[in-house]
Amino acid sequence: MKNPRIVIIDYGVGNTYSVSNAIHSLGYKRLKISEKEEEIQNADVLILPGVGAFEACVKNLKERNLISILNEQVLIKKKPILGICVGMQLLASFSEENGMHAGLGWIEGNVKKLVLPKEFPVPHVGWNDVTIKENSPIFNRNAQFSNFYFDHSYFFDCDDIYVAGYSNYGIKVTAAVQKENIFGVQFHPEKSQTNGLKLFRGFLNSI
Amino acid sequence: MLKKRVVATLVVKNGIVVQSINFKKYLPIGKPSVAMEYLNQWGVDEIVLIDISASRNIKDPNYSMITRASEKCFVPLTVGGGISKLEHIQKLMHCGADKISLNTAAIHNPELITSAAKIFGDQCIVVSIDAISTAGGYRVYDYLNNNILDISPAIFAKKAVELGAGEILINSVDRDGSYLGFDIELINSVCELVNVPVICCGGAKNADDFVQVFQNTNVSAASAANFFNFFEHSVNITKSGIKRKMDVRLETYADYKENSFDENYRLLKKTDDELKEMLFVRIEKEVI
Repeated sequence: MKNPRIVIIDYGVGNTYSVSNAIHSLGYKRLKISEKEEEIQNADVLILPGVGAFEACVKNLKERNLISILNEQVLIKKKPILGICVGMQLLASFSEENGMHAGLGWIEGNVKKLVLPKEFPVPHVGWNDVTIKENSPIFNRNAQFSNFYFDHSYFFDCDDIYVAGYSNYGIKVTAAVQKENIFGVQFHPEKSQTNGLKLFRGFLNSI
Repeated sequence: MLKKRVVATLVVKNGIVVQSINFKKYLPIGKPSVAMEYLNQWGVDEIVLIDISASRNIKDPNYSMITRASEKCFVPLTVGGGISKLEHIQKLMHCGADKISLNTAAIHNPELITSAAKIFGDQCIVVSIDAISTAGGYRVYDYLNNNILDISPAIFAKKAVELGAGEILINSVDRDGSYLGFDIELINSVCELVNVPVICCGGAKNADDFVQVFQNTNVSAASAANFFNFFEHSVNITKSGIKRKMDVRLETYADYKENSFDENYRLLKKTDDELKEMLFVRIEKEVI
């Protein structure tokens, strides 16, 4: 698709402006930050940004009535969606951040706390290399072991078949997931300079 | 492997980036948006923007300045100064901030750390501590009231982490603007007591100071303010210096891998033959 209509879903918590800036810099003009049902329905591609605690995110999605809208767009209409950071964790069945909370349940798996030896401070903050597992479309412009900016205390523990990339931080940390039209990245492509912009380009070109 | 971060701090006063010396003298440098764009192009790993006039004048954060400044920032941006309510954080996240830094609020209103972490996640909340050296050891300095508190920065940091802080920014008042290098002893005292990433600030002069602090402490990131603002390609030249001794992220086109430095990390001139050779090197612009 030449010039897709992109909607960055605004659910109150999330660095929406940073994501919008990054995508805008690639020349995409039909770009909106929105929570409106109509605009989400008219979009060709959705982005679920993140920076927030899981519980607050789910609560906000519910309050804004976004869960049923997203379910329809993603599961029935099969619109491509990219979840970023906690936006990716929201794709999971459950998260154990501050008690057990149900997520969107699109990709089976649970979000768990990073419990690591003392030499690995938590949150996992900074630039880490990502081992790209398969030729996932979102990584098709990135070299193997490209580095991206991570900032998280919890990680998505899911079946290996959904893992598109991982990084090492004491354990294997899921860095990217994919299931059909549903994509997610634990790192922040909007804050990973050229590597991140390449990822956005790869993702938006793949649709 | 996770890389050590080279961070640039922009101290902003009345909308202008300033050079800060001992938290007392401030010299003007220029517009935040310009500084941000350059630092970003030079491949800095993260930017911390502290608006010292917002907290001093008990003003709300300057949202329009931050929105404009963050437009060309594709690395993580931590914003501090004047944050005293959840609403401030919410607005900042919509202006291009990725993390927020609490300093005065962490001293006078520590509950904000907990309530902010609950909504935005602990990874979003940086607690910034100004430390000053006294006869009785290091103490937390409350710069707003020009007051030295009777608590060590390490204990203060530990308490902040218990309240929900995801990162600690430790700033040495004595080394601020001094070019004497990072205060290794202070930084170690904090790193020993907390299990979250620590960013240190204050005193950096060149690549050697970064290498020293990375090798002798457990900091995750080290920050410099002044010297990054004073010469072209300051960040990539510094990173190139660090890269000779340890791994950092250096992915800018101008990576200075082939250059040599003098003992103060000033670039040395290339030979005429090398320069002549470079005339014929073709560099393709990368299309993303």
